[in-house]
Amino acid sequence: MTAAASSGAGWRLKKPSVLPGFGLTLGFTLVYLTLIILLPLAGLVWRSAAIGPDAFWAIASDERTLRALQVSFGTSLVAALVNVVFGTILAWVLVRYRFPGRRIIDAIVDLPFALPTAVAGIALTTLYAPNGPIGGLLKPLGIQVGYTPLGIIVALIFIGLPFVVRTVQPVMEEIDREVEEAAATLGAGRRQTIARVLLPALTPAILTGFALAFARAVGEYGSVIFIAGNIPYVSEIAPLLIVIRLEEFNYGGAAATGTIMLLLSFVMLLVINLIQAWSRRRYGYGA
Amino acid sequence: MALEQSFAQTPLRPLKSAVTESLTTRIVLIAISLLFLALFLVTPLVMVFIQAFAGGWSTYLASLVEPDAMAAIRLTLTVAVISVPLNIVFGLAAAWAIAKFEFKGKAFLITLIDLPFSVSPVIAGLVYVLLFGGGSVLGPWLKSHGIEILFAVPGIVLATIFVTFPFVARELIPLMQDQGSGDEEAALSLGASGWQTFWYVTLPNVKWALLYGVLLCNARAMGEFGAVSVVSGHIRGLTNTMPLHVEILYNEYNAVGAFAVASLLALLALVTLVLKSFLEFRYGDEMAATAKH
Repeated sequence: MTAAASSGAGWRLKKPSVLPGFGLTLGFTLVYLTLIILLPLAGLVWRSAAIGPDAFWAIASDERTLRALQVSFGTSLVAALVNVVFGTILAWVLVRYRFPGRRIIDAIVDLPFALPTAVAGIALTTLYAPNGPIGGLLKPLGIQVGYTPLGIIVALIFIGLPFVVRTVQPVMEEIDREVEEAAATLGAGRRQTIARVLLPALTPAILTGFALAFARAVGEYGSVIFIAGNIPYVSEIAPLLIVIRLEEFNYGGAAATGTIMLLLSFVMLLVINLIQAWSRRRYGYGA
Repeated sequence: MALEQSFAQTPLRPLKSAVTESLTTRIVLIAISLLFLALFLVTPLVMVFIQAFAGGWSTYLASLVEPDAMAAIRLTLTVAVISVPLNIVFGLAAAWAIAKFEFKGKAFLITLIDLPFSVSPVIAGLVYVLLFGGGSVLGPWLKSHGIEILFAVPGIVLATIFVTFPFVARELIPLMQDQGSGDEEAALSLGASGWQTFWYVTLPNVKWALLYGVLLCNARAMGEFGAVSVVSGHIRGLTNTMPLHVEILYNEYNAVGAFAVASLLALLALVTLVLKSFLEFRYGDEMAATAKH
């Protein structure tokens, strides 16, 4: 592959450059990418194809698979929507307001990126279990979070928050205040300026943040399984169903479920790219 | 006349209020943000330490020096020591090829590099089980040659590399694209070799962004749960990393033990956040193209 990239096909595929190492680095990149990511993923698709279309359809339309996908996508949707609202407010507060401790708050937003998911999972479960500090407060109100789909949503809010904040924040920093001043001089109230001037400009970033948080939530495993209760048809997420099928040595079933999830995440990746392409055309920057 | 009227209707406000909200709104928004963060992010973190020290210092220490916990810590460090450098080498190679040269299919290659971010960690583990496990093409051959990949360290390393794959590359690529190749061309024209150019020109230019990527890569490598859980086989003292050990202890209702090990991982997360913020604060300009995560 190295040789092909540097000599044969290389000279036509790449613009000439005085810098060395193109063949070596691109060759290494492609080999490593193929061995670690592409080949194993291809194996997954191949294995699920090998069980035949009928068996694949049987697994895809199986009640338990459908319910698990429904739980995963439903809870991820709610969590991502909550994160869009609070993540956008949080980003706004961090970009526009000055208050003591702002830097620390800014750093804490990244906690879900750094804290291992299993640690977040057991901590959230202890907090929100019916006998936990927060779960105990909610119990008299008749709300149970731990071991219900509500618990899954709490875990997914934790996981997804930084995706929204870190996508929206840089775009907010770029907003030219003169635009707001212009709106104000033209007689717009602050609310009108926000609704008609600021929000439209932020929409692509907010959508991208939503899609990233949603995509991450759908595949999330570690933080969810502790708090979910994992009751089939009720609070069993799709990634857990894959693990269960693997533990039953149902490799075909696991592969098929995995392929369905993979396809759905590719669709989401495509949607994210489309949003960004649309935003570049409309606003001249990528979200 | 009309002008006067419009002036009379519009109360004259201080200029500043045109581009910000009223004090009350600001205070309310800040309060909402702080409450939300406290409820969803800070309380879980505090909970880890409260639970870990629920039985006092001696119980805490005892939970950490217990042989299975020590084995888990050693395994986690081993896995990170192998997988992080491999992803550093890959990240540097990918960034060099992508940032310093123009070739067809570059955008597609970048998308492929980011791919692991949109794949569920469980699937990252699953693909290796299907590749090396019983019933696969490679499985029986590996078994007859006595090579253990699944339920052993190599499988855990592979799954970890998969999920941490993009971290270093995605920090370096935008920065090196921004920097262009003028410095390298100058070094080459002055007689430096390719390797000299890389070591003395390129690497110093990107060192902080590289460190930033390594920091994030390492945090994820040590904390990965889903992917590793699928390939590890959960053999106590042998193939349990720290997050997996936390799970086992927690499921055995050994909350103090689980949270003691978890507190080490939480400490790692805090150190990562502090270093990351420091890098952003101190060397933010040198990592200018580095979009904050």
